[in-house]
Amino acid sequence: MLKIKDLHASIDEKDILRGINLEIKAGEVHAIMGPNGSGKSTLASVIAGREDYEVTKGAIELSGQPLEELSAEERAHLGIFLSFQYPVEIPGVSVTNFIKTAINESRKGKGLEDMPANEMLKKIKEKSELLEIDRKFLSRSLNDGFSGGEKKRNEIFQMAMLEPKLAILDETDSGLDIDAMRIVADGVNTLKNADNAIVVITHYQRLLDYIVPDFVHVLYNGRIVKSGGKELALELEAKGYDWIKSDVTV
Amino acid sequence: MELKEKLLSSFWGLDSSVEVAEHINDLRGDAIKVFEQYGFPSKKQEAWKYTSLNKIVNRDYVLEPKGDIAVDFNQVKKYFLHDLDSYAIVFIDGVYSAHLSQTTHDGMDICLLSAALTKPRFRAIIENYFNKAANSESMVSLNTAFASEGAFVYIPKHKSVEKPIQIIHFSTGNDSALLLQPRNLIIADENAHVQIIERYQSLSSHPVFTNVVTEIFGEKRSQIDYYKVQNDFEDASLIDHTFINQETESNCSVHTFSFGGKLIRNNLNFSQNGEHVESTLKGITIIGEKQHVDHSTLVNHNSPNCESHQDYKGIFGDQSTGVFNGRIIVDKLAQKTNAFQANNNILISDKATINTKPQLEIFADDVKCSHGCTVGQLDEDALFYMRTRGIPKKEAQALLTYAFANNVLETVKIPELKQRINKLIANKLGVNIGFNL
Repeated sequence: MLKIKDLHASIDEKDILRGINLEIKAGEVHAIMGPNGSGKSTLASVIAGREDYEVTKGAIELSGQPLEELSAEERAHLGIFLSFQYPVEIPGVSVTNFIKTAINESRKGKGLEDMPANEMLKKIKEKSELLEIDRKFLSRSLNDGFSGGEKKRNEIFQMAMLEPKLAILDETDSGLDIDAMRIVADGVNTLKNADNAIVVITHYQRLLDYIVPDFVHVLYNGRIVKSGGKELALELEAKGYDWIKSDVTV
Repeated sequence: MELKEKLLSSFWGLDSSVEVAEHINDLRGDAIKVFEQYGFPSKKQEAWKYTSLNKIVNRDYVLEPKGDIAVDFNQVKKYFLHDLDSYAIVFIDGVYSAHLSQTTHDGMDICLLSAALTKPRFRAIIENYFNKAANSESMVSLNTAFASEGAFVYIPKHKSVEKPIQIIHFSTGNDSALLLQPRNLIIADENAHVQIIERYQSLSSHPVFTNVVTEIFGEKRSQIDYYKVQNDFEDASLIDHTFINQETESNCSVHTFSFGGKLIRNNLNFSQNGEHVESTLKGITIIGEKQHVDHSTLVNHNSPNCESHQDYKGIFGDQSTGVFNGRIIVDKLAQKTNAFQANNNILISDKATINTKPQLEIFADDVKCSHGCTVGQLDEDALFYMRTRGIPKKEAQALLTYAFANNVLETVKIPELKQRINKLIANKLGVNIGFNL
């Protein structure tokens, strides 16, 4: 589904990604781990289409479609979803209005009519229950004054509503207590199926107890320096990242 | 001939056959002398430092349009809130249009200033109110000298007007360039309630220069909600002077929506003359190209225990320029004043400019006054966030702009108007969002 080939990206002429190779197939869960500053969030932003980053070399494609020339919204319409590490607060726009706009703009992008109101209502009800989101919460301004856990739950709620092909969860576990993490993880696991794929970006192994990856990749200094199965995450948890760093010739 | 000379000579040639009270003629005579002495304001004056009238006054205008121009309702329907049951006082090139208007004398007076100025039964009201709130600044004096027509609204004691009043001044542009000087007088007597929507609108792209004075009087416990919709053509300029005198326990709000025109100057002056007065001044400005909008507000806190709330939002694109000059004067008698002022701006182009200046002069010692102004850009992180959810850039910008301006709309009490303003904002931003915030 997602193919990344020798991807190099920079910001303000500073190289962050220095040759990423990654292939993700439908039905798979991949975890990307690595120390701070290794380029994890940059990789997520570049896949999602943030314009601040310049792709200097390499290619990304989703289901055979090259992404380089596409805007963030066009990528979203193709089915890419990025759950933010720090979801942005937008006072004055309610959660419901925002998600309605997002869904209908995405449908417009695919040449579809607006979703009928009753269908929308039903879907909002179903997905908010999945994430144990209170009705009152839906009429509040988007992320405005939300706790860390509420913000992340809201991200996964939007993911549930938009039903992406490829969901990238950037540090979704940060700021979550154990209950919120369980809710978020249950939500993600319910949404997982044979046709979509999930990339979990995380520092720590603990989220991977709940969302179990098929593959774990270690990103260091802008490259994937090690890949393995879910046991790699446990090894990292036990040993830290230093052994990875010393293994790599920089 | 320069415009000033032309105006002066036109004044002395004014038709004196219309009978008005002697004191009105005296007022006009005094006013023209003020204008003769000071002329049009220049950028050398502090109050006009950022707003130049040069381009507007250095051209020839027709001062007395032919009038009597037939305008079909369908031609101008879109400028009305036509889905709203309302009274209407409509002028075309300064001349009252009976067939577009819906006036009344039934239990209140919603009619023409010319009628009020000439009919004996209004004499006492005119003597009490006419030119009693307006100041003698040069442009105001110019209007006073020529003041003869405009809207007149008198709501007697304890009367709540059941539907809003629309005051619309159209200019047809059948003459090449037109100078209009309407004069509106609004009085809400004790415990009276009234809602007014006002608009100056040209019907062609010919230059028009409107120099209008509106005097509003809110007597004890009255409630006045005044809405100004400014979305004119690119060669239409408006110098608006609105004076509001408020008495004890009265409440008055003025919302100004500035979306179009060449140059707009809104002078909005509140005077609180009794205790427990509440004044609200709000505005949304969204302009682009080389448009210019200047909000110069003044709140005179003359009495104790009063409040004023100011909240102006501006969004400036292209090479547009904005000015906010917010002056609050708290008299030494005005203890326990609560005055709040905010002016927040977003520049969506590198070439747009905003000059914002709060000016607080506080002579009482037990008051709460706060002010704040910001100038920024649309939040890039928020834009990216929205785009990753499939909302295109333009719509995301519009949504953020809506969100930014939204709290100004919250206090608009006429739902049809709120909806219209939402639509105008969407049009202005070139988007169609499927819901109203």
